[in-house]
Formats: sequence, C-alpha cells, structure tokens
Amino acid sequence: MLAAVDWHVVWVRIAHPNHVFFLALTRTVYIAVIAQVMGVVLGVAAALMRMSKAWPLRFLSGIYVWIFRGTPLLVQIFFIYYGANQLLGFTLIPNTLNAGLFSLDGAVVGGILALGINEGAYMREIVRAGIDSIDKGQMEAAKSLGMRYGLAMRRIILPQAARVIIPPLGNEFNNMIKNTSLLFAIGVYEIFADAEIGYSNSFQPVEYFLGVAFWYLVLTTVWTFIQAAIERKLAASERGEDLTFFERVQAAWNPMTAWARR
Amino acid sequence: MTDVVMRAEDVHKRFGRLEVLKGVSLDVAKGETICIIGPSGSGKTTFIRCINHREKIDSGRITVNGRLIGYRLRPDATLVEDSEKSIAHQRTQIGMVFQRFNLFPHKTALENVMEAPVHVLRRSKEQAAEEGVKLLTRVGLADKTDTYPGKLSGGQQQRVAIARSLAMRPALILFDEPTSALDPEVTGEVLAVMEELAHEGMTMIVVTHEMGFAREAADRVVMMDDGVIIEEGTPEHFFLAPEQERTKQFLSKIL
Repeated sequence: MLAAVDWHVVWVRIAHPNHVFFLALTRTVYIAVIAQVMGVVLGVAAALMRMSKAWPLRFLSGIYVWIFRGTPLLVQIFFIYYGANQLLGFTLIPNTLNAGLFSLDGAVVGGILALGINEGAYMREIVRAGIDSIDKGQMEAAKSLGMRYGLAMRRIILPQAARVIIPPLGNEFNNMIKNTSLLFAIGVYEIFADAEIGYSNSFQPVEYFLGVAFWYLVLTTVWTFIQAAIERKLAASERGEDLTFFERVQAAWNPMTAWARR
Repeated sequence: MTDVVMRAEDVHKRFGRLEVLKGVSLDVAKGETICIIGPSGSGKTTFIRCINHREKIDSGRITVNGRLIGYRLRPDATLVEDSEKSIAHQRTQIGMVFQRFNLFPHKTALENVMEAPVHVLRRSKEQAAEEGVKLLTRVGLADKTDTYPGKLSGGQQQRVAIARSLAMRPALILFDEPTSALDPEVTGEVLAVMEELAHEGMTMIVVTHEMGFAREAADRVVMMDDGVIIEEGTPEHFFLAPEQERTKQFLSKIL
C-alpha cells in the first residue's frame, strides 16, 4: 500500500514549498492573528457587558454568546460572508478592501469577521472567569484611591486578569490556527485551499493532505513555544522575582528553558 | 467647630433585614486620631466603609470637610446618590488602609504608591516618583521601592499601603483593622508608623483591637456595640473607669 504513495511529493510539500504556498501560509497566519485579536476585544467587551448593572447590556451579551456558540462556525462563515451585506443594506464586506499598501480580498475580510465574532463568544467566558478570579479587594483599593470603574478595570483588574486568561487564550489561538482552514470553503486561498487544489489536480490525497497537516503542526508547535515563553514571563513577575530587563528578555526569548521548566 | 473633618449624623444602614448601624453620630476634628473598638458584628467596619461611600447609607448624613459624602442635596431637600465621578473625586480626599493590604500585586512598591497620584490626580511621573520614594522612606522601606508585594512581609506590605494612601495627601485616613491579618512580631512596625502619623497631626479613624496603640496614639476611643456608639472618651477613661457594663466586659476580654 505504502508503495502507492509518492514520497517525493510529500518531501517537496514539506521541505521545498513553492512561492504560492508561502503566500497561503502568510495568509493563514495573519487571518488567525487578526481574528484572534478581534475575538479578544469582543470577548472583553462582552464580558464587561455581562457584568454590567444595565440589564439590556447583559441581555445583549447573553444573546451574542447564545447564537455564536450555538451554531456551527461553518454556517456563520457562510452567513457572514454571503449574507452580511444583504442583511445590513450596505457594503460591510467589499469585493476588495484597499488599505494603503495592502489590499485584502473580500473573502478574507468576511472570513476574519466570522472567525473573530465567533471567537469573541468563546473569549467572553474566559475573560469573565479571569476577572472573577481577581480578589474583590483590588477593586475596593482602586476605588478607595479615587479611581473610577473604567480606570480601575484598565489599570488594576484587567492586567491581573490577563495572567489568568493567557493560558486558555493560548489554547483558543491554537484552535483558531486550525479553524482558518474552514475559510477555503468561501474561496480564501490559505494553506488548506492550496493543498485541496493540489490534490484535485493530482488525485494524490495522502501527499497533499499529509503535507498541509505537517505545516499546521509547525504553526501550532511554534505557537506552543511562544505561549510557554509568555506564561513563564508572567509567572516570574507573579512570583515577585526581581528580574533585570536582560533576564526578562532572555526568559521570553529562550523557548527551550521555558519548555524545560514547565 | 470649623475644623471638623468628618461628621456623621444619625447614620443608619441595613443589609436586607439586618440593621447594622442604628443611628451613629460622630465628629472628628482635624488632627484627631479616633480608635473605634467593639465586638465583631458591632458595625464598626461598616461604619468606616460608609465614610468613603463603599457602603450606601439608608438615612442620616456623612460629611467630610463640610461636603456630603455619596449624596447630593436636591433643591427640595431630599438626598440623591451622587455621580460616580464625583464620588470618585471625594474618595481622593479619604485614604483607606485595609486589613488585607490590597496592594496591587502586578506593581512594585513604588508603582503602587505612584499609581493614583499619576492616573487619578494627573501629577507628573517624576514628581510622583520623587514623592513616592520620600513616603516609602518615611515608612522605613527606602530599600524596597522596586520590590513586588509578593516579596514583602505582611508588615512591609501594610506600610506600603499606608504610603500609598498618604500619596493622595488625604484629609482623613480610615484604617480597617490594619494589624489583624499580621503576625504578632510585625504588628509593632505598622503601629509605630501609624503612631508617628498620629503625632504628626494626620486625621485618622482606626478600627482596631490594639489597646496599646489606642493608649499611645488615640485622642478619643469610641466603643460600638450592636450598631450604636455606647461610650466614648479619652483612652484613660476607657482604661481606668469605663462606665458601661458592656464596655467593661469587652475590655476585660481583649486586655
């Protein structure tokens, strides 16, 4: 059976990817990063709304999570990319988005929106758990010093909650990297689309899908190292270690030590 | 009467069906140090939390430097809760030191002290840092400016917390059982700092069980029980001739 696999093609897909593949890889990465950032922003906003005194805000936040966690991501991607303009009555997602030096395909814009909005619903609970984990005395102390709610959140509560949020956030980003593959369905040329097209031209499923699986594994593994480094850096200040600036940089940029100490 | 810093008039507070404060009135003059003593559940902590509007009061009024705390007087003489902004502004005048310190763990000792002066009072970082170092020196922590709270002992943390409230140059500092969470051997260093403050003329209201501190530093001692002030007087009065049976009982237990 194995003899039927053209290992040379697998090797080329892994070790000598072409220029088109690299463009697709870049696209996968920036889509995941932008969508995750969007998800965090939406998640923080929805979490603050969830904890608000005003019931309409709590209600809105509840509806948001209910819908976006309760329906399939693929349905949301299609709905937003194909349906948003019709639903809103204006062009939210253009055919091509020109932003100075860059221009983004409409499908990329729609895909990022869908992934980001979906992610926000999951991030809300993570952010809320993070904020809840901070001792109530912190808000007391901040307010007693004359801080208003917003300032206390921004300067005192959220920076501390970030430490609690970062480990699960890392897992979310790992998922996000893999979920970008769904965007091939609306015509985004990312690495899975590249593999899928390669396969349909050659009918070599093992070669092409093994190749792309390898690259997803590279992305998620690299991310694991980055995450470990970030967590280690955060843990150091939590333990009150008085690291020098140089030691901090070293700790953050030496994934192997971070890995070893986990 | 012009130098009254804090005045509470007939303050009532209830949590649901439980009435915690049943009409508390107290005047505190500028430079005075008041110790509030009393059994747990007597309402003393609730009372000082009302002074910086951490708790809303149900009736009565509290003023600091002549200004109503937490409420505005409507033209028709009814009281309405003040805006968040103006409550926050009033709190800059009222320091608070907590039982559990509540230092910001993600900031160094100096950053803890600088935080509110820079971000609330909008002082320059240089000025706030300079003043912060002076304050930390004053509480005996000149060598700990860059240390995170996690690396400080309880007594050191509480001294940073005192420096943090001093940095706002408040008219009044409230202490909520400042030594109750401390090991006995470090209680002294915190009380020493507080005594010094009292002698320098800071206006302080201290909820405490430390009768030694009351004897050394308090101008007046106030005994609370079951939501009311049952006795007040000089420390000597309390140590030599307390009048109320309840006070005698309480003192005999803690002395």
